[in-house]
Amino acid sequence: MYNQTEIIKDTSELGADGELVINMGPQHPATHGVLHLVVTLNGETIKKIEPHLGYIHRSIEKMCESLTYRQFIYVTSRMDYLSSHINNLGCALLIEKGMQIEVPDRAKYIRVILSELTRIASHELWLGAMAMDLGAFTPFFYAFREREMITDIMEDTCGARLTMNYIVPGGLMYDLHPDFQKKVKAFITQFKSKVTEYEDLVTNNIIFQSRTKGVGILSAEDAISYGCTGPVARASGVSCDIRKIYPYEVYDKVEFDEVLETAGDSFARYMVRVKEMNQSIRIIEQLIDNIPEGDFVGKTKNVLKLPKGEFYTRVETARGEFGVYVVSEGGTTPHRIKFRSPGFSNLSVLNHISVGSMIGDLMASMGTLDLVIPDIDR
Amino acid sequence: MTNEEIKEYITTLAPAATFDETGEWLNIMVTAEELKPLMLALRNAKTQMNYLFCLTCVDFKTHLTMVYHLSATTHRQSIVIKANLNREQPSIETVCDIWRTAEFLEREVFEMFGVHFTNHPDLRKLILEDDFKGYPLRKDFEDPINMIKL
Repeated sequence: MYNQTEIIKDTSELGADGELVINMGPQHPATHGVLHLVVTLNGETIKKIEPHLGYIHRSIEKMCESLTYRQFIYVTSRMDYLSSHINNLGCALLIEKGMQIEVPDRAKYIRVILSELTRIASHELWLGAMAMDLGAFTPFFYAFREREMITDIMEDTCGARLTMNYIVPGGLMYDLHPDFQKKVKAFITQFKSKVTEYEDLVTNNIIFQSRTKGVGILSAEDAISYGCTGPVARASGVSCDIRKIYPYEVYDKVEFDEVLETAGDSFARYMVRVKEMNQSIRIIEQLIDNIPEGDFVGKTKNVLKLPKGEFYTRVETARGEFGVYVVSEGGTTPHRIKFRSPGFSNLSVLNHISVGSMIGDLMASMGTLDLVIPDIDR
Repeated sequence: MTNEEIKEYITTLAPAATFDETGEWLNIMVTAEELKPLMLALRNAKTQMNYLFCLTCVDFKTHLTMVYHLSATTHRQSIVIKANLNREQPSIETVCDIWRTAEFLEREVFEMFGVHFTNHPDLRKLILEDDFKGYPLRKDFEDPINMIKL
């Protein structure tokens, strides 16, 4: 955390070289949450960026040590709240792997469809928010028009718009509502007719291009060394899609492409996410008509006890690789639980990609990293 | 690479290492002194472990255990390296010059478990306040205000 006296001391020491320390955040509009960056500047050139975390740290890992295996899933919705369904899925997969619970096919299909809808909703919000950071206000309304349809589907299906909590170990909490397929198809039609608008409005916009191209360049070696995953690493040409490498649920039965770019700059990160939305639509189209009939939840015991040992699962959220590591002593609660959150590693690269660039470019670099602060401050 | 090849290779570097294959991945237990040279070798030799995807610590009440999950982006094999530390003065050498992601992860372990990472370039608290007393993720941590009974 940030200590006032330390910063003032630093300023006086650096003052001789004409360097200036400014605080960006914790209440800065472009950090989308309470992220606090202490930026050392020389003129307008960035010398160093130091993130100060902890403003919304809730110690979820400690909290989970006192929750049972049925309860702790729901806390993870509050970490990366834009990928809450996928976080729940990662935890459920861990319990199912540890206890060898059989999940019905119907539940698997529905889980994947909702995961992809979540991914689209997350990327839509990112698109609007990032364009707004760079000074374009209109894309926000375009992106939220489509996102609203997804949150409505989520509300009808799970009862909540953001923190879904729809997954239980072994399947789903309850069955789909009858209009689900109709509504998802209506969304696909709407999305396909409107997605070209993003291209016209943002992608081909010369101001947007000149603000993002060549800004915040990250090489493939650095992306791996910093532990970057998701669209951030894929924009640098690192193949890291968990859905392709370690397929879970029904991802090995559907056809989709892993989107890769090679430039590694902010524009490449933007392109990866926009193309990923189209791939998600492709996955949903293949599954939506083929949801098998049958049970939506498998047979499980009321009290879940993970056998003694260590378990690890990983899933691909909208931000990258989300890992759950559990050390079990054989009881009803985990002995130790660690969440490998994608945002934490993606944030650590911010200093590396921003040093030497202008402070105005920081918004482009940070916006395309797609940081969600509760994910970093677990 | 198979697990047997990795085991053979590690035995030449760290003769005292013990192996556990009951879990999903190969678990290798080494001493804290052996860790750094072994990690350097695993990163650069034919094993090519260039991706540290999880670094954490576990409190077993009698001792602390550092856990490093390593993987390679070329052949996708994952292994787990572990090292036991005593609870009174836990200290281990940093790996953040091998994998840059370790810099933040080690700072988190430092404040949550009190593990001292020698040769770390910037070992300060990352999340907690500077004057925070105690190590919250240890099992014997007691917070009089927001106590979670375990």
